[in-house]
Amino acid sequence: MTDTRQDLAAHAQKMFGESITAVHEFAGQLTLDIHRDRIVEICRTLRDDPAFAFEQVMDVCGVDYLDYGRESPTGPRKGPRFAAVYHLLSLRHNRRLCLRAYLDDESPMIASVTGIWNSANWYEREAFDLFGIVFEGHPDLRRILTDYGFIGHPFRKDFPLIGHVEMRYDAEKKRVIYEPVSIEPRVLVPRVIREEGFAKG
Amino acid sequence: MAEIRNYTMNFGPQHPAAHGVLRLVLELDGEVIQRADPHIGLLHRGTEKLAESKPYNQSIGYMDRLDYISMMCSEHGYVLAIEKLLAIEPPIRAQYIRVLFDEITRLLNHLFWLSAHALDVGAMTVFLYCFREREDLFDCYEAVSGARMHATYYRPGGVYRDLPDSMPQYQPSKLRDTKEIARLNANREGSLLDFIWDFTERFPKHIDEYEMLLTDNRIWKQRTVGIGVISPERALQLGFTGPMLRGSGVEWDLRKKQPYEVYDRLDFDIPVGVNGDCYDRYLVRIEEMRQSNRIIRQCVEWLRRNPGPVMIDDHKVAPPSREKMKGDMESLIHHFKLFTEGYCVPAGETYAAIEHPKGEFGVYMISDGANKPYRVKIRTAGFAHLSAMDELTRGHMIADVVAVIGTLDIVFGDIDR
Repeated sequence: MTDTRQDLAAHAQKMFGESITAVHEFAGQLTLDIHRDRIVEICRTLRDDPAFAFEQVMDVCGVDYLDYGRESPTGPRKGPRFAAVYHLLSLRHNRRLCLRAYLDDESPMIASVTGIWNSANWYEREAFDLFGIVFEGHPDLRRILTDYGFIGHPFRKDFPLIGHVEMRYDAEKKRVIYEPVSIEPRVLVPRVIREEGFAKG
Repeated sequence: MAEIRNYTMNFGPQHPAAHGVLRLVLELDGEVIQRADPHIGLLHRGTEKLAESKPYNQSIGYMDRLDYISMMCSEHGYVLAIEKLLAIEPPIRAQYIRVLFDEITRLLNHLFWLSAHALDVGAMTVFLYCFREREDLFDCYEAVSGARMHATYYRPGGVYRDLPDSMPQYQPSKLRDTKEIARLNANREGSLLDFIWDFTERFPKHIDEYEMLLTDNRIWKQRTVGIGVISPERALQLGFTGPMLRGSGVEWDLRKKQPYEVYDRLDFDIPVGVNGDCYDRYLVRIEEMRQSNRIIRQCVEWLRRNPGPVMIDDHKVAPPSREKMKGDMESLIHHFKLFTEGYCVPAGETYAAIEHPKGEFGVYMISDGANKPYRVKIRTAGFAHLSAMDELTRGHMIADVVAVIGTLDIVFGDIDR
């Protein structure tokens, strides 16, 4: 298994060269960091080249790295805030590959891969809805999971867990109204990062 | 000449065949579907965001509530992702127990799917038959975890506790006399494994009953044959997994292809369809139930012969026993730390996938080294399947929408998350 992953990484580096900015291997998963401008080109090759043959995209998701490692002694990590992550599956070679493209902090934007894998359609809508990542060239980029008329992108790290508004039925106005939230945020277990080997032995 | 325009119709969210809270906007030309636009998210609870705000173990219960028809399988995907990050492996007995309960869950899911699908299409009896068997399987859930549905039984490093040696029994009451009680308790005299064994003896005959009602039924075939046909190429393009993909003839099952736990030691077959229509997917799922029955029997046989631990001995992730905690200072500290703070998981990211009854259930987990996950992304099969709704129903009659929703096997808990 390790050999095929290394072969895959080597072949990808040969094919895409400069477009791959980093290769990670962790817990049996191969992740390629790629340049966001080349996403469509790379994905098309990954699908059509028989040496890759990634017929399916299993998942497209957004990640917000704003608070990554905030509790660690070295503080939060520096670097781009948003990333789009693609999980690909090749049935022919029975292997998986993960692609990650870092996006612009202010206006996260990347080309859509809906034309390559149709199933990406809803996944990209979801990432747009929850993270505000704009997928250029998407045929129908609407919100999908949140309410009609929802404001904000709830899975961003600066969006509070309790939200901004709550809704109830107003008997006088005879309709559902939105109000600022009345509950306080609370943390039962604080977030901590312990050094390696803590509580061992 | 009168102007003829297409008609737009709302299907759901309050519709008995919408399987929960599906709102489907249908554009109709007469009775023929021109476009179907599912509106989802009415059951969106932000499970992924909630999981980011809690220590790892406290989110296991949320996973049950994702797909509330196949509870333990969702837990399985989640704990598998944590185990991959922690680089731990549960004891072999725990792995067998997990496989046993994954397959029991598969039966629960397919029985529910079959009953609801048949009911939607117009066969009431199957519904009652299937729920009779589901009752026994819920009893297994209850015996092992104390809850009939939302078990929270799997843990990173194993399962919460070993299988019980006795089954709970019916007690005499005003409503039931001793003869009735004796009949009900007949297969509950032994352990849980004896009860499951007894179930697997009976179950193939029950599947024959469902098949007798449906497989050659003229109405059933008229409603399902040639409906929602999907070619293998399109099925791959649309991200289908599980029985939806196998119904189109693609032999792909993670239990065989990328075995996790002890699936590589068990003997079972993967059924595939030919035409990729609703009827073939029905046949695939029926056969999967027979295969699950086989797997369960192999697990029960193995579990009877091989007692052993069901949780790893690493007190960094698994709590020490109550007895040890009371008598040993270090165990007390471990226990306290584990329940007040949880455990820290090494920084990294992983994607763990299992063969959920509905398809591939994947958990993409990013850890920054803290006691809570940094990001959890749950990939559920239903989401991809429902997104193909438009393509599956276009050109069909409105009554076929119900058959297609049935065959997709959708549950809104896992689509909306």
